[in-house]
Amino acid sequence: MTCSRRDFLKEAAGTAAASALPLSAFVLLSPEEARAAVADSKARYAFLIDTNKCIGCGLCVKACKIENEVPYDAPVTRNWVERYIITKDGKVHIDSPMGGRDGFLDNNMYGEEIDPEDIAKTFFVPKGCNHCDNPPCVQVCPVGATYQTNEGVVLIDRDWCMGCAYCIMACPFGARFFHPVHKVADKCTFCYHRIKKGLLPACVQACAFGARRIANLKDLDDPATKVIMTERVAVLKDLYGTKPHAFYLGLDHDVR
Amino acid sequence: MKRHVLNPLWASLAIVGVIIGGGRFLVPDDFGVHGRNFTYGYYRLGSLQDWKDFPVKYQGRDSCTECHEENTRLNSGSVHADIQCENCHGPAANHPDGVADGVQSVSIDTSRELCLRCHAYLGYTNSSRGAMPSVEDSRHRRRRECSGCHNPHNPREES
Repeated sequence: MTCSRRDFLKEAAGTAAASALPLSAFVLLSPEEARAAVADSKARYAFLIDTNKCIGCGLCVKACKIENEVPYDAPVTRNWVERYIITKDGKVHIDSPMGGRDGFLDNNMYGEEIDPEDIAKTFFVPKGCNHCDNPPCVQVCPVGATYQTNEGVVLIDRDWCMGCAYCIMACPFGARFFHPVHKVADKCTFCYHRIKKGLLPACVQACAFGARRIANLKDLDDPATKVIMTERVAVLKDLYGTKPHAFYLGLDHDVR
Repeated sequence: MKRHVLNPLWASLAIVGVIIGGGRFLVPDDFGVHGRNFTYGYYRLGSLQDWKDFPVKYQGRDSCTECHEENTRLNSGSVHADIQCENCHGPAANHPDGVADGVQSVSIDTSRELCLRCHAYLGYTNSSRGAMPSVEDSRHRRRRECSGCHNPHNPREES
């Protein structure tokens, strides 16, 4: 076998280039870049709702409607407050007129006047989208117009939604509705435009009693996260398996 | 093969071709799996930016304190200190620079109904609502605005 100097140099250069190529295909990532590449994030937002503190003023509903341009007098709302009155005869009375937007000023429930003497217990339950970990509303969307962000926020793409309303029926919590102006499905966005700027969601900010709070479950120093980790919290409709991320303190078994 | 077999075949193939080809043009480029999997994370990436661009209306107490010193001083330390200014005064939005879409300029709600949201007596002795200082709407100074007698910034002071 003969080998000229020219051939030898050619082969050597080719081998060096070929072995360098696969190495350059590997990029060393910092842990942050690696985490971003697998679509992980530093935040997983959840609601922490203390029903013991809620007094039913409805200012969270009012703030949400104005902040998110939900038609104010239309019977649709992204969040709402339910009033539960359990009378001494064991009956459960539930109402939420206009989602509790104007508060609860009297004891008239669906035309029935309830005498304070007959009341065994009563409480208010603020509700809204639970931003589930396994959102059924997202599963049923036929066009990919609703989705879960890396922070666990379930959003709707208004440009892509065609208004078929499958998701409205799929949500076990009734958190979705048909937007009368945009003609698409609509729901709580966790005030995505606010939390991304470091602000609190409108309902959380409006609450003077600390009944509505948000937690970042990936930040173990977050005071609301500590409450969820260490105290007795419950979620709504656990049996549906949607893994709701609105955690309730003081939830009664009559709440549904 | 007979035409009655081939013609429907070509027609159905053409329809499938139009759907796939049309999808190439009509589906935005940033459509894809951006979340944790196809089931929950298949969406148009631009939608995230659309939501981020949504205008903020409620600016929070901190944006008020800088200019409105007198009311801030009166309010801080009072039993109403936890209430956001904008709950009664309306969302600041771009105030004082201008007015955002869909929001009236800052307007004070002095209505009796606003106060009654917390202070209407309902007889709920077992709940935190029962612990609120409250009045019976039909008995206490009917139809008059509360702020005539009570100072909303600091109810312990006279108006």
